[in-house]
Amino acid sequence: MKMKTEALLSSGLDVTLIRNEFPILDQRIHGRDLVYFDNAATSQKPLSVINALVDYYKGYNANIHRGIHTLAEKATKAYEETRITAKNFINANSEDEIIFTRGVTESINLVASSYGRTFLSEGDEIIVSGLEHHSNIVPWQFVCGEKKVNLKVIPVTNEGVLDIEAYRKLLSSRTKIVSVNHASNSLGTINPVKEIIQLAHAAGAVVFIDGAQAGAHLEIDVQDLDCDFYALSSHKMYGPTGTGLLYGKRELLEKMPPYQGGGEMIRDVTFEKTTYNDLPYKFEAGTPNIGDVVAYRYAMDFITALGRDNITAHEHSLLLHATQRLSELKGVKLVGTAPSKVSVVSFTVEGIHPFDIGQMLDARGIAVRTGHHCTQPLMDRFGIEGTVRASFAVYNTKHEIDLLIEGLERVINFMK
Amino acid sequence: MLDGDMEMTVFYIMELGQKLPEMPEEVKTEENIVKGCQSKVWLMSAMEGEKIHFIADSNTAITKGLVSLLIRIYDGQTPENILHSDLYFMNRIGMERFIGTQRSNGFAAMIKQMKLYALAFKTKMEVKL
Repeated sequence: MKMKTEALLSSGLDVTLIRNEFPILDQRIHGRDLVYFDNAATSQKPLSVINALVDYYKGYNANIHRGIHTLAEKATKAYEETRITAKNFINANSEDEIIFTRGVTESINLVASSYGRTFLSEGDEIIVSGLEHHSNIVPWQFVCGEKKVNLKVIPVTNEGVLDIEAYRKLLSSRTKIVSVNHASNSLGTINPVKEIIQLAHAAGAVVFIDGAQAGAHLEIDVQDLDCDFYALSSHKMYGPTGTGLLYGKRELLEKMPPYQGGGEMIRDVTFEKTTYNDLPYKFEAGTPNIGDVVAYRYAMDFITALGRDNITAHEHSLLLHATQRLSELKGVKLVGTAPSKVSVVSFTVEGIHPFDIGQMLDARGIAVRTGHHCTQPLMDRFGIEGTVRASFAVYNTKHEIDLLIEGLERVINFMK
Repeated sequence: MLDGDMEMTVFYIMELGQKLPEMPEEVKTEENIVKGCQSKVWLMSAMEGEKIHFIADSNTAITKGLVSLLIRIYDGQTPENILHSDLYFMNRIGMERFIGTQRSNGFAAMIKQMKLYALAFKTKMEVKL
């Protein structure tokens, strides 16, 4: 990995070299080279991650923390090394503040259930934004229903930007939780999370940041942000599916009750009383997803090795190229034109259903996403059923964007 | 027939959809929507003598093409024929390869709905007899 990394960097992000690390990209779909533009749904995995999974299952699969044999120790060490890598990746204060979950969705459910049920009461308010994925809406609705808490929504402007003035007005002493994404999965908008957090704290609320669309693209420093909770999904940042993490400030995690009961999270169990384990194990009931967590570390290492500045620069040039070329196409309307975006373009084409566009692009080997992207309230805000979304990763090229444009031109001409 | 170049196949299916007789807007109601389709499909049927006629539409061009294929097969058939039909031809003509799982679920829902109509008409006819 190290040798390769140096080679990658000395060439200033040589995308050809990067692509060699992603064997899946080298295939043909319906007779054409695959163009993978569904990275906001899930990214592809580099060889270092794939090999880590294979090495784990071939070499040292064992249950962790309790075993005294050599394999168990090796597996435990690898699992905990990912925690240290994650701590550094998001600049947490301590690895005890890193809890492995199935991903962002489970992380939100954990906090909504554990923190929400314990510390919220009737008349309190939770603020989310109009840019949220359903997974950052529904878990809070559960709490709202149960505790008679109200859900407030930060409105979205025509450009797809959060209306911060309106947010200021929503905040009050009743606000207990603010939960927003770092970047929008549907439109790519990067939210001013630091400002959102400061304002929430001034009102006495805690803040949860959904980092699903930030992990692969943006610098994340939870101490600088001063967020109370932050969540990542491994599979959206070059890691395996089925794992991810929740960061929480220690003092909050300490006072939260466990989310699930089982092995690993306990200290002593009798039929009369159970005492819980320390952080972070208190929140990791049952045998965790060891293999995927072990491999997740290599995904974070991959991003760190390339350098998030380099990744951002490359992806930004892709975003600019795609935005430019799409806006030249007749009938194409970009949805979400925020000044600050991750590499996502969402658009509609006049008179053609996104579903048809997606199917026709797939026939040319181009993978995009169509539909509401699990953000129905946001689609309603723009008065549309859905969009076509192309989302880029570090291995994508301008040439691939040109192929997308060529495909779209063909679709538009056929449907005329 | 549908197993050639993917793009040409998709274009062909959409052209089939364009030939589908128009469905009046007023019957594109919530109750005529077939559940399970990723894109919207409206389906209605009527009995004429001993034969069933179908009208349908979709808000997407490709699904509309797929719907039109089904209508070509089932329109003008007796309820009995429809109930006992086996759509083995779909695999034979290479259709399943581009009706992905999500959409084939919708497609299956549509076939089921057509068979339900057939069953309803058959029952009605038997009651009359």
